[in-house]
Amino acid sequence: MDWDWNFVWEIMPTLIQGVKITILATILGSILAAIVGLAIALARRSENRIVARSIGWFAEFIRGTPLLVQLYFIFYVLPDIGILLPPLVAGVIGLGLHYGTYTAEVYRAGIDNVPRGQWEAAKACNLNGRHTWTHIILPQAIPPMIPALANYFIAMFKETPLLSAITVLELMNQAKSVANTYYRYIEPMTLVGVFFLVISLCSVVLLRWLEHRYGRIER
Amino acid sequence: MAAASLNGKRKDTSSFMTQWSGYLGLILQGALVTIELTLMGSVLALIMAFLAGMGRVSRFFIVRAIATAYIEFFRGTSIFVQLFWAYFVLPFAGLSLTPLQAGVLALGLNVGAYAAEVVRGAILSVGREQYEACTALNLGRWQGMRHVILPQALLVMLPTFGNNAIELLKATSVVSLISLADLTFQAQVVRSQTGSTLMPFLSVLIIYFALALIISWRVRTLERRMARGLDGVRV
Repeated sequence: MDWDWNFVWEIMPTLIQGVKITILATILGSILAAIVGLAIALARRSENRIVARSIGWFAEFIRGTPLLVQLYFIFYVLPDIGILLPPLVAGVIGLGLHYGTYTAEVYRAGIDNVPRGQWEAAKACNLNGRHTWTHIILPQAIPPMIPALANYFIAMFKETPLLSAITVLELMNQAKSVANTYYRYIEPMTLVGVFFLVISLCSVVLLRWLEHRYGRIER
Repeated sequence: MAAASLNGKRKDTSSFMTQWSGYLGLILQGALVTIELTLMGSVLALIMAFLAGMGRVSRFFIVRAIATAYIEFFRGTSIFVQLFWAYFVLPFAGLSLTPLQAGVLALGLNVGAYAAEVVRGAILSVGREQYEACTALNLGRWQGMRHVILPQALLVMLPTFGNNAIELLKATSVVSLISLADLTFQAQVVRSQTGSTLMPFLSVLIIYFALALIISWRVRTLERRMARGLDGVRV
C-alpha cells in the first residue's frame, strides 16, 4: 500500500467541490427535516384521530425502511407519475423526509416537556389555538431540543454519501469518479473518510457547545 | 437487455404472471441475503459493543483509549465510507474481502460502535449501591460485573439494542452498492429488466418494514422475558 502525496494534491480540488455539495445537501436537508418533523409532531397531536393515526403510521414506515430505497423511490418512481426532480432536489427531499420522522420524536418530547400549567395559563388568558402554539408552547419547547435536533443533523450528514447512488456529485461520488479514472482507490477513499471524520468531530464540538448553551432535553 | 425488451414485447397475460412470480422470487432471494447480513452483522456488532463498551469503563488507561478511539472513529466516519474502504482499499493492503465479508465487517463494526455507547451508558446507569454491595459481598470486579451489574444493565440496553438492530437492517441496503445481491440490489435488477418502478421499490420497502416490525416485536418479547424476576430490584 503506497500513499502518493502528489496524487492527493491533484485530486483535492475535485474533492473540495464534492464537500461543498455534501454540506449544501446537509443544510437543505436539515431545514426540510426541521419543518417536516414539526409538521408530523403537530399532525400526530391532531384532534382528528384518523389524521393522527395515519401520519403516525406513515412516519413509522419511513423510519423503518432504508433511506437508500426511499431515494430510489423518489428518483425512479416519481418521474413515472410526471414528477421529474433533479438529483440534488430528490436527495434533499429524501433526507428531509427520512430525518423529519426522527426529528418529529424530538419535537414530541420537547412539546411534552412544556409544563401543563403553561397550557392552562394560555387557556386562562383566552388565547386561541394558534397563538397558544406560536407564543407560549413552541418558544419554550424548541430551545431545549436544539442539541437533540443537531444530533440528527450530524447523523444526516453521515448519510449524504447515499446521494451518490442517485447521481448527485457529492464527496463520495467525486471520490469514486476520481478513483475510477486513475484506478487508485487508497487516496480518494481514505480522504473521504478523513473529511467525514474531521467535519463530524468539529460538529461534535459544536454539539457540546449547544448542549452547554441550551441544556439537554429530558427524556 | 435486448432479450429482456424482446421478452417484454412478446408477453401475454399468462406469461406476464409467470414473469412477475419470477421477479418476486428474485426479490425474496434478496430478502434472504438481507436477513443473513442483518443476523451476521448483529452478532459482530454485539461482540464489538460489549468489548468496546466495557473497555470504556475499564480501569486501564490504554484499554479506555483504544475503546474510545474505535468508537469515535467508527461513529465519526459514515458507514458508507467504511464499507467502500473495506471493499476497495483493503485489497491494496493485501486483504481481499468478498462483498458479503466486507458488508458484515463494516456493518458490525459501525453499529457496534454505536451500541458500545449503549453498553457503557447502561453499565453506568446501575446504581452505586449495587457496586458497593458487590464489594461488601467480596466479589471480584469480573464476578460483580458478571452476576450483579450486567444482568441489570442488560435490561436497560435491550430497547436501544432493538433500535440499533433496526438501524443495522436499514444500513444493509448500502451493500447493494458493492454488488451484493440484497433486497435493494434485486429491486434495481427488477427495475432495469422490466422498466417498472413502483412494483419493485414498493414491495422492497414493505419487506424492509415487515422485517423491522419483526425485530422490534422480538425485542419486546425478549425484554418482557428478561424483566421477569427483576421487578422490585430496580428502583
